[in-house]
Amino acid sequence: MIEEEFDAIVVGAGMSGNAAAYTMARQGLTVLQLERGEYPGSKNVQGAIMYADMLEQIIPDFRNDAPLERHLVEQRFWLMDDTSHTGMQYRSDDFNEAKPNRYTIIRAQFDKWFSRKVREAGATVLCETTVTDLVRNAKGKVIGVRTDRAGGPIYADVVVLAEGVNGLLGTRAGLRKMLKPQSVALAVKEMHFLPDEVIEQRFGLQGDEGCVIEAAGTISRSMAGLAFLYTNKESISLGIGCLVSDFAKTMESPYVLLDAFKNHPSIRPLIAGSEVKEYSAHLIPEGGYKAIPQLFGDGWVAVGDAAQLNNAIHREGSNLAMTSGRIAGEAIIEIKGRNQPMIRRNLALYKTMLDKSFVVKDLRKYKDMPALIHTNSRNFFMTYPQLMSQAAQNFMRVDGTPKIEKEKATTAAFIKARSRWGLISDVVRLALAWR
Amino acid sequence: MTIAVTKLRVEEKLYQNRYLVDPGRPHIKVQPHERPSANLLALTHICPAKCYELNDKGQVETTSDGCMECGTCRVLCEASGEIVWNYPRGGFGVLFKFG
Repeated sequence: MIEEEFDAIVVGAGMSGNAAAYTMARQGLTVLQLERGEYPGSKNVQGAIMYADMLEQIIPDFRNDAPLERHLVEQRFWLMDDTSHTGMQYRSDDFNEAKPNRYTIIRAQFDKWFSRKVREAGATVLCETTVTDLVRNAKGKVIGVRTDRAGGPIYADVVVLAEGVNGLLGTRAGLRKMLKPQSVALAVKEMHFLPDEVIEQRFGLQGDEGCVIEAAGTISRSMAGLAFLYTNKESISLGIGCLVSDFAKTMESPYVLLDAFKNHPSIRPLIAGSEVKEYSAHLIPEGGYKAIPQLFGDGWVAVGDAAQLNNAIHREGSNLAMTSGRIAGEAIIEIKGRNQPMIRRNLALYKTMLDKSFVVKDLRKYKDMPALIHTNSRNFFMTYPQLMSQAAQNFMRVDGTPKIEKEKATTAAFIKARSRWGLISDVVRLALAWR
Repeated sequence: MTIAVTKLRVEEKLYQNRYLVDPGRPHIKVQPHERPSANLLALTHICPAKCYELNDKGQVETTSDGCMECGTCRVLCEASGEIVWNYPRGGFGVLFKFG
């Protein structure tokens, strides 16, 4: 089918694959990008918040034509129990700036735009093509791919594995291990459509301003999990995700959790009257620094979710994906410029460059968080949210009880639920893991 | 009662989605078994598209038409060999309109 040999083949047209393909094609490398979906984005799911800085480093003037929904001026963190939420929120007019920092996006639209940029940069993008296999030479170096299209293998100096969290190629080829149930979350999401003025009214927004809510608590039924609600221009993205290991243990159904979240008294009025147009599900890598697999080898590099580069604490994924894709592209350009072969020793440059970036630095900072949250999910996602709600209600409800007794009751409730030692140990362990 | 209700609930959700089903080529297969493992049994509850169901004999069966290709079942049951999971052929399977 394709006789030509390419400088690079990129498997997947998500954030990391598009960033890698664009970076390399722009510098004149011959790039073939293969995508199994009907169009770029058709297999991709994200919340989705897009961080401008990381895209600016790839396409500085993206704001001219990228399909952006709303720029974020407000973020709410909610700790929920069954009838309430205790919240912290931050809203600032400073976020109404000439070049806003964060935007909500709709991935299918955004990915089509990004892919158009990749093609304009000179890459060949082939959709509806599933890569079935890596081709190796006698020395074991990856030298190309096989696809489910007619024709023989397609060859390239290097293959960029941007195949996503559920990537089959890398695991089947033994380049990395299968994801562990405790280092990956299953998230389900719905798209709720409402007129833009209704969204603006309900969230106190003007024009393209946006608001996001992130919520944890009894909604995840003691599992380690997080729910979210993001405002788009004329829709609301809403979902919930929990660790796969916790789902397997509790046998909770994700759609039941999603419906319960939608019916929570704090959420229901925000989406009332909406029309649901899509239901999606996706895995999210949650293992952090300790789960990062081998990132390079003879003739290949892994980027984005395929490399489990996701910051679960800050809920950042696509920016790590874009950055790792860009850096992989830059490393390949550099190696090619030196006329060196795309072997393991040289491709180590990608890892060296990535280690110096925020991607690995951020993940290293939180290296102990996944284990802490995984092993203490009941405390963090059930006990504490309930205690916080009781404490807040106790503080606010005026019923003639002397304040000193109210305070004593709140303290006693915390000690009864976790014990003095348990409370101290939770705080210390959290502080250590956060450090 | 609850089983029928949840099944209806998921079907209503999946009805919103766009799929291109590859007839006669399911991309997930459950290997023949006498009794399902705990993980395989869990899939009947936790698969977000409810692709897995118990038959009369207590064995787990799959219909992957509504699959959203998340990979949860792969994470839990591929290594043990209980299921075989491949991507649908290029262009087939779920096609997210928004994603």
